[in-house]
Amino acid sequence: MKEQKLQIFLSIISNYFNQFGGEELIADTPYLLENKQPKVHDYTGVIGISGGQKGVVYFSATRQLLSSILDSMGEADKSEENYIDLAGEVANTISGNARKEFGAEFHISVPFVFKGAPQSIVLPNDERSFIIPITWHSQVGEIVVCLQD
Amino acid sequence: MLVATATSGVQAIEKFNIHRPDVITMDLTMPQMDGLECIEKIIAIDPDVRILVVSALSDKATGIEALSLGASGFLCKPFSEEELVESLYELMQD
Repeated sequence: MKEQKLQIFLSIISNYFNQFGGEELIADTPYLLENKQPKVHDYTGVIGISGGQKGVVYFSATRQLLSSILDSMGEADKSEENYIDLAGEVANTISGNARKEFGAEFHISVPFVFKGAPQSIVLPNDERSFIIPITWHSQVGEIVVCLQD
Repeated sequence: MLVATATSGVQAIEKFNIHRPDVITMDLTMPQMDGLECIEKIIAIDPDVRILVVSALSDKATGIEALSLGASGFLCKPFSEEELVESLYELMQD
């Protein structure tokens, strides 16, 4: 995936967190990582990409980051179901918003969410992904983008 | 006032037939049946129902397609509570 496409995801994730006002999102310098060991936190929402582009986009967050997002939404329900739903929803929003740049042929799957380490392969083994580390309200997460050129 | 929820397009149609809501908020990326197909089927049952699409799919073509199938409005994620309320209010004015 070319680096200019990465800027699209950086803008989208900044826009997502800016909706809450207050503290700005800190996005660290993105880097490439081999897919052999996916970088994940407590909850990970994964979106499969097909059509004009093929690959995977995922959002992985600590429980604390998701809790901060729920707080900003005014959501008092901190159930497991809500954490899982939110991880999928953020991944869905990031991927769906990318269609504005990539076009309607950027097909996104329904999100699937897992906790902790993945039980099955989520990224193509022989490829690399861009990792975008983020920090918001001192809590951490990652957006991972693996798209074929 | 009754509020019902559904987790898939298939379930949305089942719930619609049971409750016959005045207003529906509908995502497009859903399991079993996507939102566009769901809109089409619900409009076929009741052409007067108001459907507000709430979706992360921010390309123009998707918005146009949803509206052409009978959706009454389109709100792109992320959105604020105020934007949602305003959109629903506008929907009810039509």
